[in-house]
Amino acid sequence: MAGKRSVIPFGPQHPVLPEPIHIDLITEDEKVVEAVPSIGFVHRGLEQLVTKKDFGEMVYVAERICGICSFGHGYGYVNAIEHIMDIHPTDRARFIRTMLFELSRMHSHILWLGLMADAFGFESLFMETWKYREKILDMLEAATGGRVIFSIIRIGGLRKDVPDEVMQGFLPELDKVVEGIKSCEKVFLSDPAVLSRLKGIGYLSKEDAIALGCEGPFLRASGVDTDNRMRGYAAYSSVDFDIITSDEGDSYARCYVRIQEIYQSASIIRQCIEKMPKEGIYVPIKGFPNGEYMTVIEQPRGGACYYVHSSGRKFIERMRVRTPTFANIPALTKTLQGCDVADVPILVVTIDPCISCTER
Amino acid sequence: MRISKSPWLLHYDGSSCNGCDIEVLAATTPRFDVERFGIINTGNPRHADIFLCTGGVNSQNKDVVRQIYDQMPDPKVVLACGICACDGGIFKDCYNIMGGTDTVIPVDVYVPGCAVRPEALIDGVVKALKLLDEKAEKMKRGEYKSLTSAEYEAARRQDAAEEKNNA
Amino acid sequence: MLENLEEIELIGLLNKAKEIKNDGYRVMQICATKIEDDYELLYTFGRGYDIRHIKTVISPGVHVPSVSDIFPAAFLYENEMHDLFGIAIDGINHDYKGGLYRTAVETPFA
Repeated sequence: MAGKRSVIPFGPQHPVLPEPIHIDLITEDEKVVEAVPSIGFVHRGLEQLVTKKDFGEMVYVAERICGICSFGHGYGYVNAIEHIMDIHPTDRARFIRTMLFELSRMHSHILWLGLMADAFGFESLFMETWKYREKILDMLEAATGGRVIFSIIRIGGLRKDVPDEVMQGFLPELDKVVEGIKSCEKVFLSDPAVLSRLKGIGYLSKEDAIALGCEGPFLRASGVDTDNRMRGYAAYSSVDFDIITSDEGDSYARCYVRIQEIYQSASIIRQCIEKMPKEGIYVPIKGFPNGEYMTVIEQPRGGACYYVHSSGRKFIERMRVRTPTFANIPALTKTLQGCDVADVPILVVTIDPCISCTER
Repeated sequence: MRISKSPWLLHYDGSSCNGCDIEVLAATTPRFDVERFGIINTGNPRHADIFLCTGGVNSQNKDVVRQIYDQMPDPKVVLACGICACDGGIFKDCYNIMGGTDTVIPVDVYVPGCAVRPEALIDGVVKALKLLDEKAEKMKRGEYKSLTSAEYEAARRQDAAEEKNNA
Repeated sequence: MLENLEEIELIGLLNKAKEIKNDGYRVMQICATKIEDDYELLYTFGRGYDIRHIKTVISPGVHVPSVSDIFPAAFLYENEMHDLFGIAIDGINHDYKGGLYRTAVETPFA
């Protein structure tokens, strides 16, 4: 017998969400039948700032699309412009960019582990993971001067060099972080109380993940081995790493994939520091961009597209950013169908939603 | 400084880029540990004494910010965290940004930075603790009641009108 | 300079989309760009690491058929184009009717 249908609003202000998103949950008793997302609470309209800031200043705007994946956004935009203007950054700039990108990925994944722990009510685990995240932020601060927004990248290379001895100092710190995450991994992946909240919750099949346009760890946890880093931008073609996948497709798999990716990132950073070339960090640029290009890169949350359309003027015509969370929302509503109301907060967190990216 | 209460804080992301939000969260974690002042991060406006608002205000979330503020019990203190919450920051020129938090609710402490550093936030929160005590003291004597968001808006409108007349 | 770019007329959009779907592609992004008085619609599809683009130019006021019946995940992009550029899109499977972004300025990019 079908129960009575009712609508439960979720968000925009909710304890589990650091950012606002609103979902109308259409429920039958305790089961969610349908989920209708609505966004727009943090829409700023920054893509239109291209009419007010020139193409060089837009790097700072791009970095502020999101404070978690800030480096990647700056990189994506800069990469598109460099393609249009046919600029080839030096090897050292490429390696430092890769290293900073991976540090950002590590801090983003650890941040997610903490938010996940908070979502299933394990506050001490949240505090523990964020303790290791601070070590990554210290490295980023030593390298760039900023904790979350770096403004180190610019068209043609980098604004400042990272001294070799600073980078050498990262190696022992990385070991400590990896060791710390290994100790947390035991809880995330084998504690019975945690498993009861994750195993089998929010299943998404491989077919659905592909058809609904999923990206990133969400896609890979459903058994699809696509990682845009394999495209070989920056210095990714010069380092070895594995694509982490899982066939289980549930919340546990998403947790597993992200934890393993933290180790992969640490390994990439070590390789970058070992192979770090010596020459300069900046090639001067001439003129204004003329043409269009789309860069696809792998952000911590998945593939992101940066489209730039320019016509040889100081101000570009259009910057368009398609972020991973935007692509993951259709699949999120799919996984919410049929789940218990009590599992909704966890499921929303498992896609690692970044709303300010999504709405720009 | 003597701390007489253990105030709880509520955080809402206006339309920030998330940078300030993770720094607000980082301020509650062991490195910075704002909880040593007896502070707990709560999700319920009815439990909160300090409102940390990040990011500028836009037409879609202005009512959410107002509602959260109005639901908080007196005495309460509002912190604008980060330059976007102070005056709109880099997004000031965006078509969808109305301005800082103080375009819709009264702000007591402004904490600048892009993104705001946890140390600065703690500084701001400590200032807020003092204000909270002062407000509580005045309330006891019946001299103080905080403005509702509707009263605040009316006052702002009147100020703007007076400024226009004077000009 | 976009690789694998095909420029088509609006009338052939749905047939092209079906063809691309049959080739095993999924939608990666859809966006509009205002070029002087016209709008350029760019559809990007991906399969593994392959990417292909479809571009079509429309004049203001022209109705565009939705591809959301072919690619279910396209609805967010199409609603976004409608809300920000004011492009009329017919037959979206989840039509927010202008409610996806409630902006202070209506259709700010138009």
